[in-house]
Amino acid sequence: MKPDQLLAPPGTGLVRVSRWSLTASGTTGSAAVALAVLAAVPYIAGGPAEQPLIVAFTFIAMASLWNLLAGFSGLTSFGQHAYIGVGAYGLYLVASHGVNPFAGIVPAAVIAGLVSVPVSALLLRLSGGYFAVASLVVAAVFQIAVTLAPSVGGTTGVTLPGLAGYSPVLREALIYWAALIVAVVSVAGVFLLVRAGFGLDARAVGADSVAAASLGVRVGRIRLIAYVVAALGTGAVGSLIALQTLFIEPTSVFSIQYSVDMLFMVLVGGMGTIEGPIIGALILFALQQWLSQYGAWYLVLVGGIAVVATLTVPRGLWGFVSARWGWSLFPVGYRVREQRTDR
Amino acid sequence: MTWVNAVIQGMLQGGIYALIACGLSLAFGVMRVVNLAHGDLAVCGAYLALVISSGLGVPVWYTLPLVLPAAFAAGVLLQVLLLRRALRGGDFATVLVTFGLSVMIENLLQVGATANDRVLSTGAIGVASLRIASSVTLPWLFVAAFLTACAVLSGLQLLLSGTSWGRKVRAIADDIDTARLVGVRVGPVFATVAGIAVATAALAGVFVGAIGNFNPLTGTSSLIFAFEAVVIGGIGSLWGTLAGGIALGVTQVVVGEINQAYAVLAVHLLFLLVLAVRPGGLFPSGAPAAAAQVIG
Amino acid sequence: MTALLEIRDLDVRYGDFQALFGVGLRVERGQALALVGANGAGKTTLLRTIAGAIAPVRGTVRYDGEDITGAPPHRRIQRGIALVPEGRRLFPSLTVEENILVGAAAAASAAWPLERIYEVFPLIAGRRRHRAAQLSGGEQQAVAIARALAAAPSLLLLDEISLGLAPKVVSQLYGTLTALRESGATLVLVEQDLGRALNACDDVVCLLEGRVALTAATSVGRAEVVAAYFGNRAEGPR
Repeated sequence: MKPDQLLAPPGTGLVRVSRWSLTASGTTGSAAVALAVLAAVPYIAGGPAEQPLIVAFTFIAMASLWNLLAGFSGLTSFGQHAYIGVGAYGLYLVASHGVNPFAGIVPAAVIAGLVSVPVSALLLRLSGGYFAVASLVVAAVFQIAVTLAPSVGGTTGVTLPGLAGYSPVLREALIYWAALIVAVVSVAGVFLLVRAGFGLDARAVGADSVAAASLGVRVGRIRLIAYVVAALGTGAVGSLIALQTLFIEPTSVFSIQYSVDMLFMVLVGGMGTIEGPIIGALILFALQQWLSQYGAWYLVLVGGIAVVATLTVPRGLWGFVSARWGWSLFPVGYRVREQRTDR
Repeated sequence: MTWVNAVIQGMLQGGIYALIACGLSLAFGVMRVVNLAHGDLAVCGAYLALVISSGLGVPVWYTLPLVLPAAFAAGVLLQVLLLRRALRGGDFATVLVTFGLSVMIENLLQVGATANDRVLSTGAIGVASLRIASSVTLPWLFVAAFLTACAVLSGLQLLLSGTSWGRKVRAIADDIDTARLVGVRVGPVFATVAGIAVATAALAGVFVGAIGNFNPLTGTSSLIFAFEAVVIGGIGSLWGTLAGGIALGVTQVVVGEINQAYAVLAVHLLFLLVLAVRPGGLFPSGAPAAAAQVIG
Repeated sequence: MTALLEIRDLDVRYGDFQALFGVGLRVERGQALALVGANGAGKTTLLRTIAGAIAPVRGTVRYDGEDITGAPPHRRIQRGIALVPEGRRLFPSLTVEENILVGAAAAASAAWPLERIYEVFPLIAGRRRHRAAQLSGGEQQAVAIARALAAAPSLLLLDEISLGLAPKVVSQLYGTLTALRESGATLVLVEQDLGRALNACDDVVCLLEGRVALTAATSVGRAEVVAAYFGNRAEGPR
């Protein structure tokens, strides 16, 4: 039975269930144009424009992926920065075995994904605050483990090999395109995943895992998929960061600041929507560009906004807006519309 | 240091962890709040003690009559102004709010007190040692910390089992809806529990600052250790928290004897092992622990 | 004479779902009202609204002449309303005595000290130091009633006290209720067992899908009530 038939009120004719809308088509079209423009930036504008955009792209990717975990699957992880570090060191390992560092982003991401599987076996039995703090511990363990391994530089860190042949301009441009691709793949990937059956299941699990399980949703599998996909993407972001900074050092690639940023972006932008994290990323990007010079005060502000946002707009800015006015640029749900039949 | 000395020192160290952890355990057991700013609040206690003790020129112990009530009041304010609203938003909300709060506190401390390491002036007791046997010498500071932890835990246990307030707290921890229904006023109870949690955290912070260095970021590691102690010991059991703290302390000091670099890692691995093998902890108590588990 | 409890036009919702539609009833001082109806009819919702656990979206609840519609549970207990919740809902980690003492937390008077409660329920007196979770079903139900009594109520609300218990145990409990009535208590009783409900009470209100289907004295007889229960008569109060 199709949803249309199930929902038909008796005697009034068919009801239409739509998953797309004109607005969505418009947005997708505009997004395609915007992407084309962005891809051309290295030719048009060059270095000074690329730098901040790379930051923005990594923010967008991180936010979308964290949202997949927390917003759609109910896993509030404060330890995602573990996979930034794994992605960075993964790229180092791959590059030091002769793989081109840019091509190496993919295997580095895969390494992050593989690492996340055994970790998930431990973490995914937990929920709520337990999961949050345990994920913090896992990140701490990764960081310590790296400092104890001289083959990856211990506490001092390592330099990313294999980039000697690239001129700074070319290197920058390649990182830019790589970042753009990672951001697009992350957002599109999460979008497609959530639109598919996985998405509905994941949101059910996020809302009430016991109820979802009683309806036959394979809660464990959903969480695992979400966790591994998020790790893969976050690992790719970690590789990007390594390419940018060239020097990979434990306290910086495993910095909890990444998780603070992820939390902020998704919280302020909107959990559980596709548009929300993008908005949150842009907000954080703007804040950082203007205010990070103020050091600790900037972070106080970030924390403060996070606190206020949780209490006043728990569904984030986009969540608030879309609940109020029904906007949806990238729809992932189902809209039920009565089809008016002429009487 | 001999092994016996190391184990005993580890136990005493564990007392401090238990002291930091008991507030966390109480808050979670009663209010279902995981306060991620708990460690930072403990460090605030240390900073407050620092300001008062250096301002008045006295050893840190004399500051306690000021620090503890201030911490209690801070806990009450935190509950009434922030956590009460956050609790209405569910599990997520309290975790997110306290995480944001943690970021704020750590950075405010950085602005106000710089990122430099500090230490508290402890007076004569800071350098005195207790000699138990020919090869076992224990710093008085550690002994005092452990004894204080035991005293606080005993006091809390007495309050919980012997007073009307304690009955209400346990009733709320069992079933908050029914507690409300039979007339228990949950608001005041939550406020006092929050006050006690922060006060015990501040007391622990003072000991932490007395025994070693502290800086604005010490809070996060304190939180992680506290949390690990609670989980290893078992949620809902105050003495379990002491056992968990001791397990942590002994592991840290004993492994540290072999190789200092591995000490903290060993503690984390112990925690992960307990999570994997016996998630209820050493003294599992049923319902609150089950809340941490997920079906499916 | 002012009724002890008077409810008018009560609408109660759980989110989008409406559980009660324009419910009204009166309970006179010293009377016993039986509240019957099929599962899901709204009986527990109504009792919980009277106790203050849920706020109605429309309508009033008046107790002893005073409008208590917005009052929180502890205020209602002070006024004299106590609920024995469905499923007993004892505090499992507390002992029998502690459970009862918690019930006295908001009591307005000391009319029901421990000794008096143990006189009414001698069986649980012997188990007073045992944890609530260790008791049998009948004992737990007795403790649940005792916990409500500790609040020294004038109006006692009881939700399905016979659920899951052997007939002999239920008869004992109902015997206690009779004794309570004799000492002046007013009761509202939700009960699945129609026979017992009609026997023990003066008046009956039958709910059907959130609406009042019948308000009558229990003397109207079982057949009438059964008809209202299943919706075979015109809706609305008599």
